[in-house]
Amino acid sequence: MEFQFFLEVLVGGLLAGVMYSLVALGFVLIYKASGVFNFAQGALVLFAALTFVGFQNMGLPFWAALIITLGVMVLMGIGIEKIVLRRLVNQPPISLFMATIGLSFFIEGLAQMVWGTEVHGLELGITDEPFEVGGVFISSFDLFAAGISGTLVAVLALFFQKTKLGRALRAVADDHQAALSVGIPLQHIWAIVWAVAGFVALVAGLLWGSRLGVQFALTLVVLKALPVLILGGFTSVPGAIVGGLIVGAGEKLAEVYLGPYLSGGIENWFAYVLALVFLMVRPEGLFGERHIERV
Amino acid sequence: MTATTHTEQKNGSPYLLSINNIEVIYNHVILALKGVSLDVHEGNIVALMGANGAGKTTTLKAISNLLRAERGDVTKGSIEFRGERVDAMTPDGLVKRGVIQVMEGRHCFGHLTVEENLLTGAYTRSISRAELKNDLERIYHYFPRLKTRRNSQAGYTSGGEQQMVAVGRAMMARPTMILLDEPSMGLAPQIVEEIFEIVKELNQKEKVSFLLAEQNTMIALRYSDYGYIIENGRVVMDGPAKELADNEDVKEFYLGLAKEGRKSFREVKHYRRRKRWLA
Repeated sequence: MEFQFFLEVLVGGLLAGVMYSLVALGFVLIYKASGVFNFAQGALVLFAALTFVGFQNMGLPFWAALIITLGVMVLMGIGIEKIVLRRLVNQPPISLFMATIGLSFFIEGLAQMVWGTEVHGLELGITDEPFEVGGVFISSFDLFAAGISGTLVAVLALFFQKTKLGRALRAVADDHQAALSVGIPLQHIWAIVWAVAGFVALVAGLLWGSRLGVQFALTLVVLKALPVLILGGFTSVPGAIVGGLIVGAGEKLAEVYLGPYLSGGIENWFAYVLALVFLMVRPEGLFGERHIERV
Repeated sequence: MTATTHTEQKNGSPYLLSINNIEVIYNHVILALKGVSLDVHEGNIVALMGANGAGKTTTLKAISNLLRAERGDVTKGSIEFRGERVDAMTPDGLVKRGVIQVMEGRHCFGHLTVEENLLTGAYTRSISRAELKNDLERIYHYFPRLKTRRNSQAGYTSGGEQQMVAVGRAMMARPTMILLDEPSMGLAPQIVEEIFEIVKELNQKEKVSFLLAEQNTMIALRYSDYGYIIENGRVVMDGPAKELADNEDVKEFYLGLAKEGRKSFREVKHYRRRKRWLA
């Protein structure tokens, strides 16, 4: 009985963790391809979810709304590259980072200007009925979300490791100028990455939106992605998943088993403490690329 | 070596690369090149020599068009490759046409393996897997050392190996011309010799022309067919490598040799201050 309870908490935590991974994935994508922490990822998640709901409210069916929103996200990625990033080639990463902060405010404002500020419900048509496996109750929605995230991660990991374009993306992340010099067109690469990040934001926006409701608070989901990134490593797609699992399981277990002694609410800060400890021991994360420094 | 005959043979044929009186300005205010002209014959190795900050790298970047990423602009003059104006072309457009730059300081992709680095060089070409494999083997033939290190991260290889990766990576684009910037930088003399030997081999067997910027005048003149000496953003002297190597001024200023033999560096510098050779 005791063990079964533990398992239930663990599984619940792991599944919730995968949801964090999904958000973290968007960061990893852009970080891997341009070496920049994209502050605007949360805004993209909000924008994607709001756009989807907005089209749905216009009476479009699920798939049509999904495809149109995807189109909008891709256009947005290309637009960001054309208007903002193109001018910042070869500038220090901090300039790019600052640009993404600006972008995030702009996108948040734009999203609410176009679609309004009220909270929308989002129905994905998945019934959230827990089912039982060997005495452990599992939420079917969580399982569905985990399945989607897992697939996305597998596809992206393969894409980065095995394809020509993935290799070019990693090359760009390492050295913009060298990438230019061998004829990798930075503009295309960045447009592609932002479009893909927009797609990931859409998936995250739909899953989180259907759980929390589509509202401004979606941008704050990003804060939970930070410890995930620190644990897993900013540059690793599988790291995002593993980091998410650790954070998800860790905070649920801590809440249940340490909560009674520490007066509860652990779930809210446990991940950050974990990340802090990790920063001291292994700053590049579990799977991140080590800094190469030769003397 | 048959450096001069090589050049004479090619005389009369149209230039592969022709730079006509270009001026380069950084950030709209800093004048880096003040009218540089130079030509490269097909199949030649041409050396661009001069001190630090003379404008060698700027010249190469003006050709490959990496200049714009550094807020530099070609404000006057023209650059032609095979008779076609290429001043306004993007770097990848130039790579597709056969001009590729190997940057100063190697600039390998540190987190990619040696082999992945080489593969990125073929980015602009749409070729089959078999062809790609074939081309990789070709590179490994010239750089056997890279084959043994193919799976190591490039960032952890030695300076010489990184230079080989950088040149090999450029070769994967199947260029007709490589702009090679300071290949000797930070490398042991033996390794420098090895790199230049490979450059010569690539030039002869793969028919790749080279325009190389080099501070090490001695070795640059030994391996090239023709040379330009650049100072303060201007070409101050040019000629077949053999003639330059025999020129008294070049001997004195760039090779540290005087009639009486090797001069002390201090003396050379002092003398140079009095005798400027601004055109």
